Amino acid sequence: MSIDPAKDNESSRQSAMIPIIGVFVAALCWILLYTHLESLADLAVDLLPGHSRARESMHFFVYEVPKVILLLTAIVFVMGIIHTFISPERTREILAERPAGTGNALAAVLGMVTPFCSCSAVPLFIGFLQAGVPLGVTFSFLIAAPMVDGVALFLLLGMFGWRIAVTYILLGFLIAFVSGLVIERLKMEHALEEWVRELQKTPSPAAALQQDHSWRDRIREGLDSVRSIVGKVWVFIVLGVGAGSIIHGYVPREFMAGIMGEEAWWSVPAAVLLGVPMYTNIAGILPVAEALIGKGAAIGTVMAFMMSVIALSAPEMIILRKVLKPRLIAVFATIVASGIVIVGFVFNLLL
Amino acid sequence: MKNIKVLGSGCARCNKLETLVRRAVEETGTDAEIEKIEDIREITPYNVMSTPALVIDEEVKVTGTVPSLDELKKLITS
Repeated sequence: MSIDPAKDNESSRQSAMIPIIGVFVAALCWILLYTHLESLADLAVDLLPGHSRARESMHFFVYEVPKVILLLTAIVFVMGIIHTFISPERTREILAERPAGTGNALAAVLGMVTPFCSCSAVPLFIGFLQAGVPLGVTFSFLIAAPMVDGVALFLLLGMFGWRIAVTYILLGFLIAFVSGLVIERLKMEHALEEWVRELQKTPSPAAALQQDHSWRDRIREGLDSVRSIVGKVWVFIVLGVGAGSIIHGYVPREFMAGIMGEEAWWSVPAAVLLGVPMYTNIAGILPVAEALIGKGAAIGTVMAFMMSVIALSAPEMIILRKVLKPRLIAVFATIVASGIVIVGFVFNLLL
Repeated sequence: MKNIKVLGSGCARCNKLETLVRRAVEETGTDAEIEKIEDIREITPYNVMSTPALVIDEEVKVTGTVPSLDELKKLITS
């Protein structure tokens, strides 16, 4: 539409600089705030009256809520930008016609960086099968996507250090990889709903819109995901930190160590069972995990609990029921749950 | 008359897209009928892998994101 393309280009380049500068300034503020959180929290709690237990709980809350929200905001923003480089359509292209094994491994890795929301799990599932992605590979992706995503990795890194973050991610990959392989071996295609099975391997031109993104668009996408994810998840964070701070201030150490400590082997499967009906975001569950570990709960047990809350959720299974027969859902849940229990035991043994 | 479909099975962003589309149609005074498609079996033929998606006159225009009101107006009037 513009008459002079060169001039148009020039002005668009200038206006593209504004959001980039904005991001830079925001990043500086973020770092300043994040590095001073501890002292700010001390200051805030000092102003409050109350005995030591209440204070300890308060301090945990006042420090932890902004910390998790700050971390999450930064991570979600960066992931939102990364997601503009990878579309589910692209991932599907990469995975189509891959043999089991390589396919499962690739699917688990791609699950980490591909934009995924459990609300579009079903169209994604169908899209994969249509393109000829094997069922087991599709499951590897579906298991990895919510569990070992970038948000989980960086939140764990920020809160527990790199050792736990890396172990969590590696074991998450392993669960997604092995579960997918097992589902492939079991030849469960007959447990797909009939109409879905008919769609298998009927490749049709995907409605992939190759949108050319400018950096301005990418930043907008990043901000959009911050708005929609942090805007939705902050309630879980406040609740999670609330639960965490009560544990932190009031639950006796011996009690926690007794039921979730290393001696209580049954606590791993119990934690997994407890986690299935619970549905929250990783950001909501981490503060609880942090408080539990602080009270002597075994790391493997806490990890198993987290993984089960995130990877096996009742709402997602209800959504998947539209395309899977109950048998396949049961198989899927059983395999993933057993994987998590094993991971929990391994974690407890190693750390 | 244009036919506009919002595809998506009831997630928050799908509802947001529907609201925005209705606003865009109203504000541009476009003659269009708007449908919300929630049944996955009706969504499948469009080969959309991430919802929400926007279909105008049977052509997929947007997948996986909620465009701004201005962009929607452009899409609807073009």
